[in-house]
Amino acid sequence: MCLAIPGRLESREDTYPFPTGVADFGGIRKQVCLAFVPEAAVGDYVLVHVGYAISSIDEAEALRTLEVLRAMDVVETELAGGPS
Amino acid sequence: MKYLDEYRDPALARRLLAELGAVATRPWHLMEVCGGQTHTLVRQGIDELLPAGIRMIHGPGCPVCVTPIETIDRALAIAAAPGVVFTSFGDMLRVPGTTTSLLQVKAAGGDVRVVYSPADAVRIAAEEPDKQVVFLAVGFETTAPANAAAVLLADELGLENFSILVSHVLVPPALTTILDDPECVVDGFLTAGHVCAVMGWTEYEPIAERYRVPLVVTGFEPLDLLEGILMAVRQLEEGRYEVENQYVRAVRRGGNEIAQDTIRRVFQVSDRIWRGIGTIPASGLALAPEYERFDAAVKFADVSSSVDELPTECIAGQILTGAKLPTDCPAYGTRCTPMHPLGAPMVSSEGTCAAFHTAGRTRPPVSAAASATG
Ligand code: SF4
Repeated sequence: MCLAIPGRLESREDTYPFPTGVADFGGIRKQVCLAFVPEAAVGDYVLVHVGYAISSIDEAEALRTLEVLRAMDVVETELAGGPS
Repeated sequence: MKYLDEYRDPALARRLLAELGAVATRPWHLMEVCGGQTHTLVRQGIDELLPAGIRMIHGPGCPVCVTPIETIDRALAIAAAPGVVFTSFGDMLRVPGTTTSLLQVKAAGGDVRVVYSPADAVRIAAEEPDKQVVFLAVGFETTAPANAAAVLLADELGLENFSILVSHVLVPPALTTILDDPECVVDGFLTAGHVCAVMGWTEYEPIAERYRVPLVVTGFEPLDLLEGILMAVRQLEEGRYEVENQYVRAVRRGGNEIAQDTIRRVFQVSDRIWRGIGTIPASGLALAPEYERFDAAVKFADVSSSVDELPTECIAGQILTGAKLPTDCPAYGTRCTPMHPLGAPMVSSEGTCAAFHTAGRTRPPVSAAASATG
């Protein structure tokens, strides 16, 4: 129940009282309330919990974290004298 | 989403584990606070892959598990009342009350419906004006904005047949309760990334300082958890006690301010009973007086029931504070299974007992590893 799932905003509508949109979760589409991320634009990734977007996800940040992890991999491999 | 698949990359996970092995020079006990994290750790067997001495203690992070039996009993009484449509997230349905569960009330003819979102419950109320629609509003700070927004939506729509039964809990007071326990062995915390997506981490900073514990805001993918563990262990090894953020892609220091404002508008902080732990002061949310007409506990005051908790062999309290593992419980896997749960931690997939059972855990591997090293 605590899970929040990242989805890609496919469309948005300025419904009353809260804006809503449809997000794509790897093929499954669901209606999402955008009350808490009103600035989310079509194409953005949002973290959705029980039908409400609670945060936008920074894709660049996600990729950067992976780069850091990979760089560590390289350094580690180097220090260990090759892949283990 | 491509990058999410990469967060499940086994090669990177192995490198993180190797790094952790190189950094850790002595045993450390870390508690993950969120049930979703417990689920990933146990399902992927991450807790068993950690270097000897690094032990994960599974915290009280499953809202289903900590919802007090009084609330469940009240929910059951309301659900059984005529003219009521009782709505809930699916994982509350099998939670045992004193004598029955929502699933049994439904089987006996009660109108109990599973909803994905509290907004769906509001929709039902709009579509069925002759029914009283009640939503069981449980959860941590992650869920509170959604439940608050549902109340605001019902208010905007002028619905008089919608109410919520609230049992919201807050994470920071639970952490300080655990830390204040003289038997507490937790050296550091992985705090729940989704709670922090809403709340940010400023409220954890005084905890880090006062108790000298590192707290790392951590995500839910296996790589997130491994990186969070590594960050916490690094801090411990270097003698630092800070709040760090592993989950940068979704969490900012100030959190989501619109969501926080929505919570503050609809709810107020209150004392709350945590099942298995007891009352923790200022550890929950209740409806603010202005929105009292949406409070199912007030609306259905006459049908509420209160029964004393029956004695049971369930050791959920010790499970929730990390003092014991499910495999230490004599009922685990025999008299208590996900199909016939004796206690709430066996009900939700985020509960520690259910996570252990689903992963087929039969012996306490982590304790064994910990005792072998120290
Ligand atoms: S295994 Fe069942 S009885 Fe034992 S602590 Fe867990 S929920 Fe309670």
